[in-house]
Amino acid sequence: MTDSTEQQTGGPTDRHSPLHGEHVALGANLTSFGGWLMPLRYTSDLAEHRAVREAAGLFDLSHMGEIEVSGPQAAAALDHALVGNLTAVAVGRARYTMICAEDGSVLDDLVVYRLGAERFLVVANAGNAPLVTAELVRRCEGFDATVTDQAADTALVAVQGPRAEDIVGSLVAPDDVQVVKDLKYYASVELRVAGIDALVARTGYTGEDGFELFVPAGQARELWQKVLAAGEPVGLVPAGLSARDSLRLEAGMPLYGHELDTTTTPYEAGLGRVVKLDKVDAEGAPLDFVGRAALASRKGAQPARVLVGLRGLGKRPARAGYAVVIPGKEPDVRIGLVTSGAPSPTLGYPIAMAYVTPEFSAEGTELAVDVRGREEPVVIVPMPFYRRPQTS
Amino acid sequence: MADFPADLQYTAEHEWLDASTPAVVGITSTAAEALGDIVYLELPEVGATVTAGAVIGEVESTKSVSELYSPVTGTVAEVNQAAIDDPSLVNAEPFAGGWLIKVDVTETGPVLTADEYSALVGG
Repeated sequence: MTDSTEQQTGGPTDRHSPLHGEHVALGANLTSFGGWLMPLRYTSDLAEHRAVREAAGLFDLSHMGEIEVSGPQAAAALDHALVGNLTAVAVGRARYTMICAEDGSVLDDLVVYRLGAERFLVVANAGNAPLVTAELVRRCEGFDATVTDQAADTALVAVQGPRAEDIVGSLVAPDDVQVVKDLKYYASVELRVAGIDALVARTGYTGEDGFELFVPAGQARELWQKVLAAGEPVGLVPAGLSARDSLRLEAGMPLYGHELDTTTTPYEAGLGRVVKLDKVDAEGAPLDFVGRAALASRKGAQPARVLVGLRGLGKRPARAGYAVVIPGKEPDVRIGLVTSGAPSPTLGYPIAMAYVTPEFSAEGTELAVDVRGREEPVVIVPMPFYRRPQTS
Repeated sequence: MADFPADLQYTAEHEWLDASTPAVVGITSTAAEALGDIVYLELPEVGATVTAGAVIGEVESTKSVSELYSPVTGTVAEVNQAAIDDPSLVNAEPFAGGWLIKVDVTETGPVLTADEYSALVGG
């Protein structure tokens, strides 16, 4: 056997999460990810994936970067630094957005939480966090705003799945149970969870209901243990990056380094909605932001490639890096490239995301993927591949 | 510490070989654990000729895929339909119920002892 996908082992410079000891004690298989040594799986990718779909999973996301931007001009600074309209975000709400380069390419995709009128928390991908921090510092110059890297002091754990609300609700004061229940998607509130001061956000990356809990790094272990104890009776299990990846893929969510990178604009990724070209400043004047000119010239233009969802019709899944081809044609006539792919645990068939040339991007188009020298038939389907059942 | 059956032979590509007649081929517990949950097996058909050191199939997990190399040259006598139907057998019992193929062997390629294989994988 030789593993034809990337072999993942810890690098000597990888940072450890505040929960590293917990992962080792749980027997986790650890992997290098974004400069951190993080759990790939604890027991079984499939069991962890299914637990999140059917009950709940507990993820350590302490590798994510947390950057606070605060000050009287924090909102204006972020409107300049990011493609979104952060001034328009209400206190207590959050927004999915991006930080782009001058040429409109994506440096990172972000979730920004507005914690106060003058206080924002920017959450960046682990591998991009140093760059995002440096760019925010640079782009906030000239504004009355302070950028503080809080990654080292902050732990982030996510409770995801249909039982997440019950589990988090069981760990807050009786008066706060309703607060947890009423917390809207992409909203956050500061609460004591298991006796620990936490920022509780109803966000996630799994396609399920769930919460992300930001706590001081020193209290991460206590929180982790208490969430596990509270959740285990209803089926919560610790879940690793492997399950996180298959969950987000089913949910059609992009992963930086796969669907997004510095050669990609938000429009190609089908995420043009996050780009707010019509932002205005406090006086109502058009507001320039980093990347605006390049993005404005691309809006409405046909991108060179389009991100699509592929359903595999055979058994062999397409994987990241495989070529998308026209069935039966010369295999070197490549019309696209797979960015993520896996056998879907929930759906039972292979799924993938791929960039293809626009003329082959219509739903229902039958294409093929060159899976290690042999064509596998695929068809373009709408994303997300999986949508959770709506219960309320 | 991994415990590899002493009565089997091993390859550096993480296959095991039971040199019975016919010989039995599978993948080691180390390989199965590295792959994670195995969800799909592609194996040669009965009667196919296999060559020591050549790719004869694929083992897919949710996370990755590995090619399967034949440790022997010969003719496939049987494939493990139970493992094809339920690939999780390979994770659960890599050295027993999760065997992959049986081969009428004409020649055996380079193999390792259990101790040598254990040393190779750092067990």
